[in-house]
Amino acid sequence: MKWFATPSELRARGVMGLNQRNSDYIMRYNPRHLYPLVDDKLYTKRLALEKGIAVPPLYAVISTQHDTAKVDHIVAAHQEFVMKPSHGSGGNGILVIDGRLGNHYRKANGDLVSSAAIGHHASNIVSGMYSLGGASDEALIEYRVQFDPFFSHISYQGVPDIRVIVFRGVPVAAMVRLPTRASDGKANLHQGAMGIGIDLATGISKGGVCHNVEISRHPDTGYETTGITIPHWDEIMRLAIRCADIVGLGYLGVDIVMDRDKGPLMLELNARPGLNVQIANQMGLLDNLSKVERIKDLPEDVEERLVMAKVA
Amino acid sequence: MGNTTVKVWAVLLAALGLGVFAHKLINIGLPLSPDQNAEVWTVQARISFSGGGGPAKLSFYIPAVTPGLSRLDEDFISSSFGLAVDKQEDNRKAEWAVRRAKGQQTLYYRISVTESDQSPNWSSKPRFPSVPEYEEPYASAIKAITEDVRSESADVQSYVRELLEQLNSLQPNENIELIRDRANNQKQWLEEIINVLKGARIPARALWGITLSDAANNANLQPLLQVHNGRQWLTFDPITGYIGMPKNFLSWRVGNDPLYTVEGGGPAEVVFSVSKNYRELVDIARKNAKANESVIAGFSLLSLPLQNQNVYRLLIMVPIGALVVVFFRTFIGLKTFGTFMPVLIALAFRETQLLWGIALFVMIVAIGLMLRFYLERMRLLLVPRLTSILVIVVILMIIISIITNELGVDHALSVALFPIVILAMTIERMSITWEENGQKEAMLQGLGSLIVACVGFLVMTNESLMYLMFVFPELLFVVLALSLMMGRYTGYRLLELRRFRAMVVEKNKP
Repeated sequence: MKWFATPSELRARGVMGLNQRNSDYIMRYNPRHLYPLVDDKLYTKRLALEKGIAVPPLYAVISTQHDTAKVDHIVAAHQEFVMKPSHGSGGNGILVIDGRLGNHYRKANGDLVSSAAIGHHASNIVSGMYSLGGASDEALIEYRVQFDPFFSHISYQGVPDIRVIVFRGVPVAAMVRLPTRASDGKANLHQGAMGIGIDLATGISKGGVCHNVEISRHPDTGYETTGITIPHWDEIMRLAIRCADIVGLGYLGVDIVMDRDKGPLMLELNARPGLNVQIANQMGLLDNLSKVERIKDLPEDVEERLVMAKVA
Repeated sequence: MGNTTVKVWAVLLAALGLGVFAHKLINIGLPLSPDQNAEVWTVQARISFSGGGGPAKLSFYIPAVTPGLSRLDEDFISSSFGLAVDKQEDNRKAEWAVRRAKGQQTLYYRISVTESDQSPNWSSKPRFPSVPEYEEPYASAIKAITEDVRSESADVQSYVRELLEQLNSLQPNENIELIRDRANNQKQWLEEIINVLKGARIPARALWGITLSDAANNANLQPLLQVHNGRQWLTFDPITGYIGMPKNFLSWRVGNDPLYTVEGGGPAEVVFSVSKNYRELVDIARKNAKANESVIAGFSLLSLPLQNQNVYRLLIMVPIGALVVVFFRTFIGLKTFGTFMPVLIALAFRETQLLWGIALFVMIVAIGLMLRFYLERMRLLLVPRLTSILVIVVILMIIISIITNELGVDHALSVALFPIVILAMTIERMSITWEENGQKEAMLQGLGSLIVACVGFLVMTNESLMYLMFVFPELLFVVLALSLMMGRYTGYRLLELRRFRAMVVEKNKP
């Protein structure tokens, strides 16, 4: 591999750079005042529930230090749950409980923790340990996603998710992010997660990229990742389109997880989605973006835009 | 707003800046680069006192005889005061007087000098002093010292030199200790030496002057020792015994009388500032001040009081540093802490020089970061945590200063001026990035900030650029135009060409 690509090579492949993303898309299509809609996960979730978007059900919210002591009581009805900060970033501060043993809770990695430790974690979240700048925060307790067995071969611990880039309500690119041993169970391409591009029309995976190198098998499990069909693909696309409609951001990243029982669920939204989706797809965003940008009147109907995305 | 609007603005601003620049260059004839051989120092004394309401009179010593330097120009700025200059033997005194002085009164005296080997020397001939009546136990101590010195010297020059050597000896005997104990400051020390010399009937006096540096606010008058050997005045450094006038030393006055006296007002405060300029500029500034025909040339930083000039010399380079940051972020794609943190770090480097600056910066940030992580475990609130970091940084700086001083490293002493707030903020930003985006990201951003700060420092301290910006401040419009243009750059960043390199491999395959 060469050390550097030339600008003309990248332009030929329609690759978008950060400067262009910022000035031509984010500044133009994402009004600043709408950012809180996506930066506050609790707010996003409430908005989604109100508009009938499928999200992991919310069990409870802990917003005061006083309530953190009563966490046992709050989660009494649930065997499994996830606790996470409303303003967290990069997957920090997320606690996954997948069962109970007597008075103890079992974490996803098998460790047992006491209810006091759970309360302490909630207290840390509320005191702002995981929020930007240390501002006080809220702890969300929600349904633990039951991973679709479809992904079990091609994922190493963690949560595989599907990132769809939606521009003016039309999906323009998508990828699956698979946690690897190197990424420590996180679905972040910077940290070594594997990204697989997805053909928008068919939902079939293309080749993958891990650490900027093209690969076609998962680095830890060794299973083939090319040519697999993502289940419920149309539903995933519809979900992404509707998410873009409810928040009104023109350039949006929608993160979706697949639940065994509930199907695709929206996990979070991102007003400044990264550019790695281009590497995973081995295709620049600019072609699709400019196609969508040229359309004057976009249809209101979700199905029409779904077709539009598939044709483009 | 579209690209066109931005371009029009950029072109207008650039045209304005370059137009004024060209006018100054061609029509007024300001030089593009400084003539290094014609340096001119301007020293300003700012005297302020509060008037009592009635008549007030202020007399203030001003330079008379300035060997090694010749006087180009001098200004007295004193709104309602009447001025008389009184020439004494080797001194001059400015006498300002006013009928009614109420409230704060501020007077300026400004002198411009340039290097010259033709300036006159002191010509006064002193009388031989009579031997003073020393009191015991000083009398016997002085007697012992002078006899000792006399036996080891041949003439006045070697006598004084030997005396200074003995008085400043690192292993003083008890006689010398006795004399040393009588002096608490430089002025008293000089008086003691003069007093001892009287015992040998050698005429001696203090010479007060100022060392000319590039730019200094709050400079001070320093004393030297002068003795007369029967033909001329010889100058000695009272501490080192070095003979002759130091280089770039502007002698202000001789004698140990008070520098100024005030009648009819409260105690005065005198602040000296020094700045280095170039001869052409001073000439032009002076011509303009007289003719005042060109509004544009009159609109110059050179017409400001000296302290402000020195501040603007630094301030006007800050936009250039910011331009460097913009360049690195939008064209190279380096990540930095905050937008202008690197500019602040670069400013901090000015105090320590580059290599020392980097070493100290890395050291303090590394130690601070470790302690910051420990503080994190205590779960402190944001502001108390920042305060704790600030305290730790100050402690670290004290320790480093003391250690390096013990090791005899000069540079580190200036660490005391290394802006602590910048360090504390850097540590805080770095640790937040560390937690939120991982160690690799924090290291990358830290390294990026340091690289940008280094380049910023080199650009901001570039002599030619500093001269250009200071003499032609209208170039700031060009800087503004450049930053507007950069703000509309939507092309790839250099590091993106590397990041996306995996995307062009496929094309090369058959």
